[in-house]
Amino acid sequence: MTAAVLQNVLASVGGLPSIEFSSVAPSIILALGGVLLLTVVSVTKDKLPVWFPAVWTISAAVAALCTVFRLWIRVGKWGNLSLISGAVGLDRFSLFVIGTLCVSVVMGALLLEGYLRREDLEGPEWYVLLLLAAAGGTTMAAANDLIVLFIGLEILSIAVYILSAMHRRRMSSLESGLKYFIHGAFASAFLLYGIAMVYGATGSTNLARISTFLADNVITQNGLMLGGIALMLVGFAFKVAAVPFHQWAPDVYQGAPTPVSAFMAAAVKTAAFAGMIRVFVLALGPTYRDEWRPMVLALAVLSLLVGSVMALVQTNVKRMLAYSSIGHAGFILVAVHSSTAMGTSAALFYLLSYTFMVMGSFGVVAVVGRKGDGHHQLSDYRGLGRIRPGLALAFTIFLLAQAGVPLTAGFLSKFYVIRSAIDSGDTALGVVAMLAAVIAAFLYLRVIVAMYFEGEPGDEVAPVKVPAAVSVAIGIALAGTLLLGIVPDPVTHAANEATAELVAPRR
Amino acid sequence: MDPLLSGNVDLMTVVVVLLKVLVAFAGLLVAVMGMVWFERKALADMENRFGPNRAGPFGILQTLADGMKLSFKEDLLPEKADRFVFRLAPLLAVIPAFLTFAIVPLAGNFSNGNDGVVEILGHKTFMQVADPQMGILWMLAMSSIAVYGIVLAGWSSGSKYPLLGSVRASAQMVSYEAALGLSIATVLLIGGMLSTNQIVAGQYGLRWNLWMTGIVPFFIFIIAGTAELNRPPFDLVEAEQELVGGFHTEYSSMRFAMFFLAEFMNAVTMSAIIVTLFLGGPSGPTFGITGWISDYVLPFIYFFLKVLLFLYMFAFFRGTLPRFRYDQLMDLGWKFLIPLALGWFLLLATVRVAADQGWNLPLTVVVCLAVLAAGAGLLRAAIRNSEHAEAMAAGSVAKDASEVDV
Amino acid sequence: MRVEMFTFLLAGAICLGGALGVVLLKNPVHNALSLVATLFGVAVLFVNQGAYFLAAIQVIVYAGAIVILFLFVIMLLGVDRETDEGREPLVAQRPLAVATGLAILGLSLVALLSAGQRATGDKADLAPLNQPGPDINHLAEVLFTRYVYAFEITAVLLTVAVVGAVVLSKRTNEPLIDLDEFPEGTVVDVRRRADDAKAQDEVDADAEVVAVPDTEGDPQEGGDD
Repeated sequence: MTAAVLQNVLASVGGLPSIEFSSVAPSIILALGGVLLLTVVSVTKDKLPVWFPAVWTISAAVAALCTVFRLWIRVGKWGNLSLISGAVGLDRFSLFVIGTLCVSVVMGALLLEGYLRREDLEGPEWYVLLLLAAAGGTTMAAANDLIVLFIGLEILSIAVYILSAMHRRRMSSLESGLKYFIHGAFASAFLLYGIAMVYGATGSTNLARISTFLADNVITQNGLMLGGIALMLVGFAFKVAAVPFHQWAPDVYQGAPTPVSAFMAAAVKTAAFAGMIRVFVLALGPTYRDEWRPMVLALAVLSLLVGSVMALVQTNVKRMLAYSSIGHAGFILVAVHSSTAMGTSAALFYLLSYTFMVMGSFGVVAVVGRKGDGHHQLSDYRGLGRIRPGLALAFTIFLLAQAGVPLTAGFLSKFYVIRSAIDSGDTALGVVAMLAAVIAAFLYLRVIVAMYFEGEPGDEVAPVKVPAAVSVAIGIALAGTLLLGIVPDPVTHAANEATAELVAPRR
Repeated sequence: MDPLLSGNVDLMTVVVVLLKVLVAFAGLLVAVMGMVWFERKALADMENRFGPNRAGPFGILQTLADGMKLSFKEDLLPEKADRFVFRLAPLLAVIPAFLTFAIVPLAGNFSNGNDGVVEILGHKTFMQVADPQMGILWMLAMSSIAVYGIVLAGWSSGSKYPLLGSVRASAQMVSYEAALGLSIATVLLIGGMLSTNQIVAGQYGLRWNLWMTGIVPFFIFIIAGTAELNRPPFDLVEAEQELVGGFHTEYSSMRFAMFFLAEFMNAVTMSAIIVTLFLGGPSGPTFGITGWISDYVLPFIYFFLKVLLFLYMFAFFRGTLPRFRYDQLMDLGWKFLIPLALGWFLLLATVRVAADQGWNLPLTVVVCLAVLAAGAGLLRAAIRNSEHAEAMAAGSVAKDASEVDV
Repeated sequence: MRVEMFTFLLAGAICLGGALGVVLLKNPVHNALSLVATLFGVAVLFVNQGAYFLAAIQVIVYAGAIVILFLFVIMLLGVDRETDEGREPLVAQRPLAVATGLAILGLSLVALLSAGQRATGDKADLAPLNQPGPDINHLAEVLFTRYVYAFEITAVLLTVAVVGAVVLSKRTNEPLIDLDEFPEGTVVDVRRRADDAKAQDEVDADAEVVAVPDTEGDPQEGGDD
């Protein structure tokens, strides 16, 4: 290959791309943090203190969070950018999502620290996978290209499959890992098939190019495009556990180690919704919204109703939270369905507040599960209000927040979602969402009743130990839940600013 | 691409292709016969005995005699065998061995930057059966297929020892294919081309990849290639003390002969590939002679002599080296060869970038070597740590067991 | 008939035949071999399209590494017997699977056939690949320009996979516990459960039970602290 030919070819693809490392700094910090942690620990195995991996992980996540703030200001100065030959979209939407993911990494690491010590499972691999999973999520959030989106999703998913199977002494953990892996592989295959079809129909995997192509051209034969949209939607619906693609969620949430369930509920959902919004609202929103919105509507309504109703009949609290997370997915789908900037910011606000609420809830579940991570029946919560009033109060607040009680984050997030639905003319959908919230409130009350009012005062209650790290995590979650409910303005403002934009790559 | 196929395809083109296939196939078979005889003679020499010396001059027809004997033996089909796969396996061993040979340039004038084009029956062509675009990857693809011959032979025999042999084979060959591929990658980095013809053409005038890639990839290729061939000292697949005859225990008659043929064919082909990749194939000085001598005779002599060197090397390995233990084999492959090949590849890539960017070359090399050494040190520390942890775990298990006994 | 068409039909037939073999044959090793046939057919289709590099990689990676590892596992675990598929764990699973498969096939066919010649829109993304010269060079250029980010982050994906493989294959010497099914904190005797499962499944008499850790030494393990 002579230099002249090389120059020609390079000219035809737009020259060598400049790689702005600073623009993907959060992903780099998280991924590098994971890999470095692995290296450091594998070289100096027994010489490091037990808390080292957790502290390392939290530092990496906080460092990533700092770069997010820096980039936020930079975007404010220079506007949204499309970088690294159009693969990465640097906008406030992706930054908001990345920030949310960093928060869930911090809390996930804190929960894991206490959990692993209790279960005698200390090891750096958990934290390595946590960091790498988060790196995948951040990649996904900023993806401006379907291939990048897919690889980010795979990084995230594979790491979480492994995490959920990593309590190797619990058979249900192994089962949940396998189940999640198989279902997830199916979902990925659907998504990839959909991506291939959309690529076939539009000739590009770049979201900005797809968007402009669809804006400039009318595809006369819609088969490929519609098939691709449907398959991609199936893939995303699997990942966010929307009905009818939710069957894996209860089993997996129940079987996975509880901190991993927390991370799964918060981070996987956040990243998957970010990807979904980028693809459907941004790339396909202007041209194909009439085609995909009915499908999302069906998913949203089914998720809301099935999630709330099925959660009511559960006796296992982890399963209950799993079904309630399906219901929450329904709420966020309502926001996606509106396909407006208002809906997008409602979804972002919802995702951040849900991260706090669900991380806190699962944190409490993790400590109440006691050694062996198996005490998750409603009966195990009897008398918790007496022996651990603080813990019970925190759990009560998280549950009330999930139910949508005012002065908590849950109320405002539900309010914004329903407002966006009504604003885009779907009053009926808003009513369904409110109905689902009412049904779901029952189930949260059941747990609260169990904690405070069930069991006789004389009953012996197995003691519950709350490790320091976990109490810090629960504290953070509590602070987040309440602050977002009482002084939501800064975050609401940020979420409103965090509109996504597809910028065409420079040629 | 072979200039033969770039123009119109007429009858003569077909004839030329057929001719090349025929000559290459016949030549390979003859070479295999020679190789078997040569190896037995060389081994005998090393063990201070005569070796075959009855059939033909110096016993050179011994292989032919053995082949005839084998073809008259009874063809056994074990009762528990999977019939279809049992019959398929020998073919899967032989066919890739021959197909790999198709991409080896056998002759042609490569001196002074010539591209080795010769003219046969009025058509310009290369002296190799095929020059596909995927070039040397073809060899990797075929060696992937060759694994199936061994694995399926062992499995389909319906017997324990062959099965163990094939389980060993599958892990061994897949492991060493990585190191093999990485050392090939360094050659591609230097030449920038996949095509075997162009790889050879790029090595004119003693610019052999042997030193252009810094010798290390050459040794990695030889070691990994020997393992890929399942030849001593990596012949765990057929370690007779442990596995009777290994994967071909249950085979007899012509099917056994096919495995035998495949093994030696692979040895010849691998030697030819080594020569092509690292020793400039058929290229060499032509002493100003032109015409058919410089097109066919001299290059082929060069090629033959170079190949002979490696055939002797394989025989020498068989005669001198003890067999590896299985864990040693895996350690060598994964913990030494692959990291080394990867590191060396990075070094060469950096040197190329340095040359392009006009960096200080010696400094770059020193920095690279320092980084690689640091990486190697980390790897060593990590391996030692994990071995330590494993030993600790094993020790604690033993302790537990003794406690239970008490 | 043109050579390309002939090759396409032949390779397509091999692909489909192999795919059917994967689904219909009963012996796992035969399934794996059918899969190889399919992958080979796909490789030939790639060659037919002029994608030589892709074809080589298809053979090296899929046939040479992945399916070989399938075979490795099949042989190592000794599951290479014919499987009995008469009994169905889920009612009506098979008809549903057939229906779903046909539905997806129908969907794909409708999508493709309705699009016809106008299936693809913008061809610009592929333009660099269609220039003269070996396709590997063009592929490399696209990989290191337009898809450089995707290419690089694949490294993270592989790291995750490696870490996961190592972590999950580490052996644990401690007994399994399952508090979800046995809330009293009893240790589950895996060996007993494996025996029960074996009796239920009517496995062959010579089937080996995977070695399980001995749990009798420490009956309190896994209880509440």
